[in-house]
Amino acid sequence: MKITLKIWRQKNAKAKGKFVDYELNEVSTEMSFLEMLDALNEKLIISGGEPIAFEHDCREGICGCCSLYINGQPHGPEEKTTTCELHMRSFKDGSTITIEPFRAKAFPVMKDLIVDRNGFDKIMAAGGFVSIDAGSAQDSNSILIKKKNSDEAFNSATCIGCGACVAACKNASAMLFVSAKVSQFALLEQGKVEAKERVVAMVNKMDDLGFGNCTNTYACEAECPKGISVANIARMNREFLSAKLT
Amino acid sequence: MSNQEFTFTSLTKKITMAIAGLFLIMFLLVHLGINLLILPITENHKEMFTAAAHFMGTNWIVKAFEVVLMAAILIHALLGVILQIQNWTARGQAYKVKSKSTTSFMSKYIIYTGVMIFLFLGLHFYHFYFIKLGLVQAPVVANIAFPQEEHFYELAVYIFTNQLLYSVLYIVAFISLGIHLNHAFQSAFQTLGLNHKKYTPTIKFIGKLYSIIIPLGYIIIPLYFMVMG
Repeated sequence: MKITLKIWRQKNAKAKGKFVDYELNEVSTEMSFLEMLDALNEKLIISGGEPIAFEHDCREGICGCCSLYINGQPHGPEEKTTTCELHMRSFKDGSTITIEPFRAKAFPVMKDLIVDRNGFDKIMAAGGFVSIDAGSAQDSNSILIKKKNSDEAFNSATCIGCGACVAACKNASAMLFVSAKVSQFALLEQGKVEAKERVVAMVNKMDDLGFGNCTNTYACEAECPKGISVANIARMNREFLSAKLT
Repeated sequence: MSNQEFTFTSLTKKITMAIAGLFLIMFLLVHLGINLLILPITENHKEMFTAAAHFMGTNWIVKAFEVVLMAAILIHALLGVILQIQNWTARGQAYKVKSKSTTSFMSKYIIYTGVMIFLFLGLHFYHFYFIKLGLVQAPVVANIAFPQEEHFYELAVYIFTNQLLYSVLYIVAFISLGIHLNHAFQSAFQTLGLNHKKYTPTIKFIGKLYSIIIPLGYIIIPLYFMVMG
C-alpha cells in the first residue's frame, strides 16, 4: 500500500517545529505502525537525512513508552491498542496519516515525536508508593481482601503511564493517570495506611506540574489503551474529599 | 480537618463548584414551580403567583437562602472561569488534527453556555431582582408602578408581551441552560465521587431528562405570551 505521512519534525526542545511530508510506496498491511516508521527511518538514513525520533521499547503494549497522536487520536484509531500494537491494516491504501507528538504544556517536546513525560514520574515520587513496613510475605489468610477490591486494584494497576489520557483530554488533564495510581493503593490494605497523605501529595504535584483540570468529558477513558475507567477519577475525588475532611 | 496545610487544589475547586452547581440545579426547580403560576393553569394562578413571590421575598429562611444562592452563583461562575483559563493554558501548542476522541458533545460548550447564562442573569436581575432591592427604577405601565414583588406578575406579563427581544434572549438563555445541564448534572455527581455501576446510568438518565424538562418549562412561559399576545 501507498501512504503519505505528515510528521512533526523538531530539532530540539527549543527549536520551532514544522510538519514534513513523506511518501512511502511499499508498505505491507502486516507491518506494525512502528515498523512502518522504522522503514521510513531506514530510507531517510540511506538518503543522508535525519531519522525521525520516536519513543518505543517493549513493542507489546506493556511498557508505556510509545506515544504518538495519530490522525487526531493518541495511539491511533484502534480501541484499547497502543501505537506499538497498531498495524498498517488499520489504514487505507492511499491515505494520509498525520503524526504529532502528545501535546501538553507538562509534556514538552524534546525532539520530533518524543515528549518529556517525567511529570508522571514526579507525581509517582510525590506519593505513588507504600513506605510502611509491610513485612515479609504474609500467610494468604492474614490480610483478607475482597475479590472485588483486588480485581479493581489490579485493573487500576494496568495503567502503563503512557500519557494518552493527557493527550486526549481537551484540558490536558492527568486525572485518569493519577486516579488509577491512587486507586491501586487505596483499594488494598497496605496502601490504605498512607492513603490520605498520598492522594493530597499526588494531586498537589499534578497541579504544580501544570496539567489541566478534569471536566468529565471522558475522552481519557475512550482513548486509554488499557481501558482505565473514569470510576477511578470518582474514587480519587472521594479519597481527596475524605482526606481533607477528616 | 487534616493536619496538612489547606491548599486550594484543582480538586478543591472542582468539588466546591459541583456543590454550588447542585444547589443551583435544585433552585431551578423551585423557581420554575413559582414561574409556572404566571400561566393560567388555575383560576387563581395570579393570586397564587403573587403569594409565592411575597413568601419568597419576605420569609426569613428564604431570605437567608438568598445569600447562599448569590454566593453559589458567584462561586460557581468564578471557579468555572478560573478552571477554564487553567485548562486553556495546559495544552500549550494545539494539535493540527482536531480530536476524534469520543466525548460528550455538550461538554465541549460548557464554558460558553455558562457565560451566556451568566450574562442573561445580569439582565434578569436588572428586570426583577434589582427592582425589588430598589436599585433600579421599575417601569410604569398602565399607571401601575412596580415597586415590590406584589407586582411581579404584571411586570412579567408586561415584559413577555411587549419586549420581544427580552423574550428571545430568555429562550436562548434557557436553551443554553439545557445544553449546560446536559453535561453538568452527571458531571457534578462524578466530581463528588458518586460514581457507581448500579446508580450512574440512572443519574445520567435523570440528568438528560432534567436538562430538557426544566429549560422547556421556563421557555413555555414567554412562548405563551408571544403567541397569545
